Amino acid sequence: MSAPAPRGDRAVDMLRRLWPLLALCLIVAGIALAASFAPAVLQRRATQGLINLTAVVGLYVFVGNSGVLSFGSVAFMAVGAYVSALLTMRPAAKSVFLPDLPAMIANAQWPTLPGALAGGFVAALVALVVGWPLMRLSGVSASIATFAVLVVANVVFGNWTSVTGGQNSLMGLPAYVDLWTALGWALAAMAIAFLYQETRSALLLRASREDEAAAEASGVNVMLHRLLAFVISAFLSGIAGVLLGHFLGIVRVENFYLDLTFLIVAMLIIGGRGSLTGAVAGALVIAVLTELLREAEVGVQIGKATLAAPPGTGDVILALIMLLIILFRPDGIAAGRELTWPFNRN
Amino acid sequence: MERVVQTLVDAVSVGSLYALTALGIGLIFGVMRLINFAHGELMTIAAYTLLALVGLPLPVMLLGAMLVAVVLALITERAAFRPLRNADPTTLLISSFAVSFFLQKLLILLVGSRLKGLDFLPGLGREIQLVGVRLQLLQIVTIVVGAVLLVVMTWFLKATRLGLHMRAAAEDFRMARVLGVRANGVIAMAFALSGVLAAAVSCLVVAQTGVVQPRMGLQLVIIAFVGTVIGGLGSLTGAALGGFLVGAGSILLQALLPPELRPFREAFVFIAVALVLLFRPQGLIPARGLRERI
Repeated sequence: MSAPAPRGDRAVDMLRRLWPLLALCLIVAGIALAASFAPAVLQRRATQGLINLTAVVGLYVFVGNSGVLSFGSVAFMAVGAYVSALLTMRPAAKSVFLPDLPAMIANAQWPTLPGALAGGFVAALVALVVGWPLMRLSGVSASIATFAVLVVANVVFGNWTSVTGGQNSLMGLPAYVDLWTALGWALAAMAIAFLYQETRSALLLRASREDEAAAEASGVNVMLHRLLAFVISAFLSGIAGVLLGHFLGIVRVENFYLDLTFLIVAMLIIGGRGSLTGAVAGALVIAVLTELLREAEVGVQIGKATLAAPPGTGDVILALIMLLIILFRPDGIAAGRELTWPFNRN
Repeated sequence: MERVVQTLVDAVSVGSLYALTALGIGLIFGVMRLINFAHGELMTIAAYTLLALVGLPLPVMLLGAMLVAVVLALITERAAFRPLRNADPTTLLISSFAVSFFLQKLLILLVGSRLKGLDFLPGLGREIQLVGVRLQLLQIVTIVVGAVLLVVMTWFLKATRLGLHMRAAAEDFRMARVLGVRANGVIAMAFALSGVLAAAVSCLVVAQTGVVQPRMGLQLVIIAFVGTVIGGLGSLTGAALGGFLVGAGSILLQALLPPELRPFREAFVFIAVALVLLFRPQGLIPARGLRERI
């Protein structure tokens, strides 16, 4: 310990420290690479899975480090999706759907990357403003308040007809999100989440997660660190929303409400809300499971009869799995652990 | 003048619906620190019970809805919440979220997600003349039912032995147990009462809207949650007051806001709530014993 470690050891130490992130990135990239050889339908499902992964990682940044459950991440996804849509759509299309748009936005046609970043940043800004009062609340009150944020976002986007089109869909977004774009952002989200959780601020926040009173007594400004996590989380959620909008080519307000919230929260809980590995594992496991259940709902042909599960079975099973996980393995699949360096130094 | 009285009566009737809902949620939170999302599904399933019992005499329908809600409340307690009794509030919250979605998705699987018409208590849609003002009979009934239930609940909590146990448990669960309060009995009682309240609210809401759909409970419960939070989580008076204020406030906003802003009234209500919380993070009537003592 006393002597400075040799250069080689420092590199190994660094690698060891970054290993959870590298391993997860390798796994996710490997799956995406495998999917790129699959038929187009499966490729689209994989892209959708990577977008969900980004959303789950975004939610994890706040929930995992603060220990406070948030139902509001889908609201920030909606913010990201609408901002990017408004900035990148062709002015001609906007003048058809949204004739009352302010001229500055109506004439804008940003390239896709700045549009996506703007979506993330506006979501983060909204989180900063909203989070300021909310982060003062104690644990479960804050959770309920984030649910209120989701409802408010739904009401506002669903009725702000001049800017969002209200209940009508916003169509004609450049549908540029393919497998590789989604992979790039998913990896970036994982890297941001991991590097953030290695910071001092995140460590202090996790201390408050374990024992809020003790952390406060030790001089931790819980509200400040919660707010920071909330803002970073909203940025990543916003990006996930941007991806979803530009993947589907359409933004509909009801796509960003309870069903998506349920899916994202269920993924995080099932995977384990205490670690990045858990968030990624949940997203991957549920993606595969959803795919299998989708097949089950389509059914198998046996002779002349089709044996199919009734539509909606998938949702019931997902809810049941979430319930069983919380009852019997409340910390999820990963149970708060990260992947560890497999090669022992000795 | 007539308009003003009508709006006020409307506000009080909607306020009492949310007060009852928030009280049902507050009862459960008091005894086990659980925010019960599944309270919404108790209401939804009570409403579907009414739909299933259509054609039978009215008392049978009401009793059936109440019975189903109570039994369902007890089942969820036994299956999903009792095993987690010593878990932290967030784990309990997740469990109730999962139960809520499980029941909701199961209902969609069984009966479909489309809303169904149910002309329940059509007689209450009538308007009556009261001190020179035309009022809907249903609103009067809602207010009366709300008031009666609140009085009965208060009497139960203040004047009966079990009520005393429940208040003691809400204040300090561990101490109450040490002094001989039966945990299982108190918690089961709280769930049963929340089932009764859920069924009552459900009947009144169905009579008002005339439709049932799988999402109806969740929509009610989210607003009632916000009511319990501004009232002060863990305080029963606070829950009822907060629920009442949120419900009545949204009706008053509907009347006072300029027409182009009316669709946003929930947003305004919740922003008002956020402002209240800025100054009173513990709620209007903070509960004693909620903050962990060290």
